[in-house]
Amino acid sequence: MNKSVPIELKIDDDGPLYVAQKKIYPQSVKGTFRRIKWGLMAFCLGVYYLLPFVRWNRGIGAPDQAVLVDLPNSRFYFFFIELWPQEVYYFTGLLIVAALTLFLMNSVGGRIWCGYLCPQTVWTDLFYAVERWVEGDRRERMRKDAASGTRKLRRFGEIALKHFLWLMIAWWTGGAWVLYFNDAPTLVKQLVTFQAPMLAYIWIGILTATTYVLAGFMREQVCVYMCPWPRIQAALTDEWALNVTYKYDRGETRTSLKKANELRASGKVAGDCIDCYQCVAVCPTGIDIRDGSQLDCIQCGLCIDACDTVMTKIGRETRLIGYDNDINIQRRQTGKPPIYRIVRPRTVVYSALIACVGAIMLYALLTRSLLDINVLHDRNPVAVKLSDGSIRNAYTVRLLNKRGFDRVIAIDIDGPVNASVHIVGVDSVTPDRPMIVLGRDQTTELRVLVTASAEQNSGKSIPVRFRVTDIGLGEVTSATDNFVSP
Amino acid sequence: MAEHNDIDQITGTSTTGHQWDGIKELNTPLPRWWVITFYITIVWAFGYWIVYPAWPMLWSHTTGILQYSSRADVAVELANLEKIRGDKMVKLGAAPLAEIQKDPALLALARARGKTVFGDNCAPCHGSGGAGAKGYPNLNDDEWLWGGSLDQILQSIQFGIRSGHAKGHESAMLAFGKEGVLKKDQIVTVANYVRSLSGLSTAKEYNAAEGGKIFAENCAACHGDAGKGNQELGAPDLTDKIWLYGSDQATLVETIGNGRAGVMPAWVERLDPSTIKALAVYVHSLGGGK
Repeated sequence: MNKSVPIELKIDDDGPLYVAQKKIYPQSVKGTFRRIKWGLMAFCLGVYYLLPFVRWNRGIGAPDQAVLVDLPNSRFYFFFIELWPQEVYYFTGLLIVAALTLFLMNSVGGRIWCGYLCPQTVWTDLFYAVERWVEGDRRERMRKDAASGTRKLRRFGEIALKHFLWLMIAWWTGGAWVLYFNDAPTLVKQLVTFQAPMLAYIWIGILTATTYVLAGFMREQVCVYMCPWPRIQAALTDEWALNVTYKYDRGETRTSLKKANELRASGKVAGDCIDCYQCVAVCPTGIDIRDGSQLDCIQCGLCIDACDTVMTKIGRETRLIGYDNDINIQRRQTGKPPIYRIVRPRTVVYSALIACVGAIMLYALLTRSLLDINVLHDRNPVAVKLSDGSIRNAYTVRLLNKRGFDRVIAIDIDGPVNASVHIVGVDSVTPDRPMIVLGRDQTTELRVLVTASAEQNSGKSIPVRFRVTDIGLGEVTSATDNFVSP
Repeated sequence: MAEHNDIDQITGTSTTGHQWDGIKELNTPLPRWWVITFYITIVWAFGYWIVYPAWPMLWSHTTGILQYSSRADVAVELANLEKIRGDKMVKLGAAPLAEIQKDPALLALARARGKTVFGDNCAPCHGSGGAGAKGYPNLNDDEWLWGGSLDQILQSIQFGIRSGHAKGHESAMLAFGKEGVLKKDQIVTVANYVRSLSGLSTAKEYNAAEGGKIFAENCAACHGDAGKGNQELGAPDLTDKIWLYGSDQATLVETIGNGRAGVMPAWVERLDPSTIKALAVYVHSLGGGK
């Protein structure tokens, strides 16, 4: 569809598909998108580092950490939600919503995730900020790196400081990670006094290493070679999606500022791009956005800020680089006004799917049972004949009390006529409908015997329903199994 | 044999000097890395002989300087297991049987331990769920030959039935036919009488009065006048619906004629006291316990 792309295409020779990393020296930049990125970085890192310390009262005996993955006790706590291992399917729903949100972001504004939210981007951005603060901006860093011999030695302190700061950030990152798996204040105290479990130190070590290596050294290589997302992008984008775009209809033909002024003075047309390479200098992946949309571009918007700064200085209209698409470029070329179509079938479908899955999850969460029963029929023997000829079946009944307090429940059955129910080891005051106490937030396994008189010995199997009633709350739940006669 | 520095013209490789009918053998030795590895393994083997048990001697074997033994490893693992079980099992061993049943935690522990031990030791005869088989009592039902209270079950497991242990349950049913006490037709008659006790059908020509008389004279001593059995003697209740060997006439005739004397070993010497206790609680909790 791009008939009039004025850029020279780079043609790959048959060399290796991997290019050795060339160190990139992104220049500092100021502007709208830089501010957005600072804001989002502060928000994301703030949430990540501080969330484990947020408290949430769940009553006595229950952990009071708002977000906690309690592996030893197999519980996941998220504010008012407490999930048991058998409810792990909620995470499936969460992952579906997350994937659909990525799709929606992509069809609206391109790689919003990559450019602003991805941990790889956020931490790399932070590490670049540290590097810039310690070693200076782009030119200074390039000059220092190019220096040789004794000058390099003199920089030792500077480099050591940079790596020290990086390691501190990385270490803090790993430290925050383990806090999600244990009571944060307690663990911090243990970590400081070297009383924490070995596993905590090992995980901090692992996360420190990955953060340090990925954000300090591998950087854009992760996006270009390791991450599958840039590849998947191609399947999710369409011609209406707004991507960080060099508007070549405005920019071409590139020329110097001086020549452009001369051309314009003589009534001729000149492109707005003055070939200042500021967009390239600020790019964290070291690409030239003017080559068009490309895999290496994480669409962080920093080139927009760089170009806007230059355009303001030379008195031309800003947003020579901006969120746009090829459709609008071509419309402008043919003299038509640009159109932006955010609401279109693709975005509507994604939004509807997100709403739908979200609603299902919400419904499942609101209606989930906090009292559950599972029944397993004895396999050997399936049925027992008693001395008076009556038939008894034994069941393993597992009760789940997901509430944070003990509760008294009664068990009764619907099945064979006049059948009696007995719980092994329980002397209930109500023999016909035995009552027991279920401990809070735990499962209770019972051996339940159901006995039916000899007349029920039909040789068939009759469905039997076990009904559990919370005496206090009136909550009822049930499960069905079979009563078998020999 | 030709001279050794012969070079094969076609391949440019030296030959071994051997040739048969003009065909020369090329000299292609094993790769150097392979040979070196081979020598290393030989050296390694010498080290292994010194460090680990290696050479069989006449009555034992060399032990090596590490004194390694897989048996010692097992002993360590077993000791670790005991450590993990620790005071829980000690507590179980110390608690009276009745108390175990009232404490949910102890009951759960005893049942879990009992189930495992049952599978290892009892299941071959009684079945994995204690359902029994012909001649091997079903432990889920409420009929007990030697009593179904916790203490009685414990006693049976500890010392066994006709196990030869001094404290084991003894007494056996007499082989009334083999020993010549009853004649064949008398046995058939009393078999019919026994069937009638639990409401089963009897043969048409059977004489109920005669059957009752034979029963009173021969069987009532152990099984009681009404056939209700006697747990002191391990004599089963003949009036209920549970039959260890079967209730059909042929089986009953065989039972009366040849007697019955099922054997269960005494476990007191094979299992430790707390394990036997757990086993007793488990069997009791299967559902039949009194």
